[in-house]
Amino acid sequence: MRRSLLFLPGNNPNMLINAGCLGADAVIFDLEDAVSPAEKDAARILVRNTMRYMDIPCERVVRINSVDTEYWRDDIDTILPERPDLILLPKAATSEDILALDRYMSEVEEKLGLECGTVGIIALIETALGVENAFLIASACKRVKGLFLGAEDLTADLQCKRTKESREIEYSRMRLVVAARAAGVDVYDTPFTDVNDDEGIVVDTMLAKSLGFTGKASISPRHVDVINDTFSPTIAEIDYAYEVIDAITRAKAEGKGAISLRGKMIDAPIVARAERIIAMASALGIERGGVS
Amino acid sequence: MNKIVSSIKEAIKLAGLRDGMTVSFHHHLRNGDFVLNMVMEEIAALGIRDIKVNASSLFDVHTPLIGHIKNGVVTGISTDYMGAGLGREISRGVLAEPVKFYTHGGRPHSIIEGREKIDVAFIAAPTADNMGNCSGKYGRSACGSLGYAFADAMYAKRVVVITDNLVPYPLADFSISEDYVDYVVEVDAIGDPKGIVSGTTKITRDPVGLVMAAHAAKVIEASGLLKDGFSFQTGAGGASLAAAKFLKDIMLEKNIRGSFGLGGITGYMVDMLKAGCFETLLDVQCFDLSAVESIRNDPRHREISAMQYASPGAKSAVVNSLDVVILGATEIDTDFNVNVHTDSNGYIMGGSGGHSDTAAGAKLSMIIAPMFRARLPIVSGRVTCISTPGDSIDVLVTQGGIAVNPKNAELKERLEAAGLPIVDIFELKDKTERITGKPNELTRGERVVAEVIGREGNLLDRIYSVDK
Amino acid sequence: MNISRRASAGTMESSDAYIEIEPASELSIHIESVVKKQFGDKIESAVREVLSDCGVESAIVRVTDRGALECVIRARVETAVKRSGGGS
Repeated sequence: MRRSLLFLPGNNPNMLINAGCLGADAVIFDLEDAVSPAEKDAARILVRNTMRYMDIPCERVVRINSVDTEYWRDDIDTILPERPDLILLPKAATSEDILALDRYMSEVEEKLGLECGTVGIIALIETALGVENAFLIASACKRVKGLFLGAEDLTADLQCKRTKESREIEYSRMRLVVAARAAGVDVYDTPFTDVNDDEGIVVDTMLAKSLGFTGKASISPRHVDVINDTFSPTIAEIDYAYEVIDAITRAKAEGKGAISLRGKMIDAPIVARAERIIAMASALGIERGGVS
Repeated sequence: MNKIVSSIKEAIKLAGLRDGMTVSFHHHLRNGDFVLNMVMEEIAALGIRDIKVNASSLFDVHTPLIGHIKNGVVTGISTDYMGAGLGREISRGVLAEPVKFYTHGGRPHSIIEGREKIDVAFIAAPTADNMGNCSGKYGRSACGSLGYAFADAMYAKRVVVITDNLVPYPLADFSISEDYVDYVVEVDAIGDPKGIVSGTTKITRDPVGLVMAAHAAKVIEASGLLKDGFSFQTGAGGASLAAAKFLKDIMLEKNIRGSFGLGGITGYMVDMLKAGCFETLLDVQCFDLSAVESIRNDPRHREISAMQYASPGAKSAVVNSLDVVILGATEIDTDFNVNVHTDSNGYIMGGSGGHSDTAAGAKLSMIIAPMFRARLPIVSGRVTCISTPGDSIDVLVTQGGIAVNPKNAELKERLEAAGLPIVDIFELKDKTERITGKPNELTRGERVVAEVIGREGNLLDRIYSVDK
Repeated sequence: MNISRRASAGTMESSDAYIEIEPASELSIHIESVVKKQFGDKIESAVREVLSDCGVESAIVRVTDRGALECVIRARVETAVKRSGGGS
């Protein structure tokens, strides 16, 4: 379950050492934009040590530098032995970008005698070309676990203004959701960047959920609660999911073919959705009939 | 009759101050105060020695006291709080007689009971008339409430009001009335407004502070106390203020109308009053400009004395009607004893203030503190100094879990039921030490440099010197 | 391996450490720390371990610690060594 992904600047010890306490489902140790060129070496080692020595009870994602830089191979060399859950590749624009990373990761894994292919990739789509290639990127190789929309760089590339209303990224959001779902991977929404707008984050997160995103990134721990709440199933959704499962179990026992619940036909997608919701609820420790 | 005298020096002479006597001061001007230093300088110039200083708090602006100690003018200090600069000197043993640390409620109690006698009280007054009616609400040095000065005015043998804003008699909206005042002195400035009150503080951006604040608000919500008629006090630390902000959001969302906010009042509490979270603010001290403005203009925002706030000798004190207080700590031990007097190296850098008074009175006393600061774990086996006894603390909130005092089993059940991350305090200590490493124990000095007096007047603990 | 030039790493911010390293004929470590009394010995042994892992036998190392956790101190020392041309 990956509802919230929280960015932490890779060269800031004060933030890194608290990575496990900030409530996010995943933390993203950032070696890219949050680190100046002169400190790339320091951040890499600091992030590696944080992963090596600190007990971090959530998923660990590392945003490396993009494949058109001189840094990304060093990032992988240093980080991969610590077995992060995921590598976030910025400026992913073509499936070739993903394959280059995949090949190099495999090379390093082989060299170090690590199990091959267990560290996944999330592609950060933040260029017009990346949006156009979204499905090809999402289905480039088995390591790809998800797409991630980066709206700040994308709007610069689209030559439009980034606004709170976010009309300018509507198409890209929908395109990414479709591409990711078509490829059978997850899809994550861009962070909401105004940390003092308590209402804005709620509206933006609800929009992301309504469009089909799996979760949403954040640059502030203040947003993590809202994101987690929004992307968690509601009690009503959980109750309904159990009703669906009960109904099909009963129908099977009675040998019925078509099943209806509350006057609505229950078909395979509804059952699949119910199963997803129940799986998520139990991951959150919510059993049937409320909080356990 | 006219109480105006020409200078502080004249007032000291008329008040009959002699060697061995005690003078007192309030701390409403905080780190902007000029009055204590001006008075002590005149006392020294008059050749008076062996003076005891009784101040409701001392800040680093009062560092000239160290000079007066070294040359024998000052030989004793009683206070509720001491800034780190002064504290360092005291911890190194500059003063022969141990400093007496009181609480904000224990201090007036000790004065009223006569355990602490005040010969001359010098009351800095942002506005006064020529008979001594005075107020903190007006004038360029406005500080809002004068709550800590009432006991001094009422029980000192002589009372000198010092003001930089003399207004025509009578000052109608007085806090301290003329019947207690012997002399009034007009000076150019009683303080530096920049040091007296702070501007508006923004909510902390420290991620750990925010996590703790969110936990704190949820603890209050789950405690069963958050309902109509709720009362609340919080400190002015970043995480405590953020907790107040989150609490306000919950109260507004659930449409809960609280009764009163108490304490040192900040703009956050004023916002809660304005938003309808409280009917009343009871204010012993203002921390920022918006609190000062509110106490001046809003009749629901009331000044209270330190006795009414917190004295254990009062027939009733507001702390005893308080539901929830959020407090800080520099150190807390596995028995929930809290240290707010000394830093990690044993140097004095604070004091109880209202800490142990509110902890003793409130139904839910919450400590909010990070698991570690600068690698030093917050939870120890035994605090260096007991400022507030553990039996008055209910819960410790950190970013790594919430530890409930075993004496409050019901609270633990409620918080567990709400799905909050509860952790045993011993477990929290171990967990923290796995991150920081186990610190070596400090060796303390031989000499007692301060005594911590419990609110009832009992000796709670001793603070020892720090050898270099 | 011994280092070939002066280098530094880290910052003076709280929870961080600032490390300076320079060539010398023997190894000396100087530690200034806000938690020296509580953690001075642990800081020194962590620094020694990193230097030894990097194969540094002689250098002057100055540590200005602002309450950094050990994993941070280790990272800063390693970075300084690499910047100084040392390290394996």
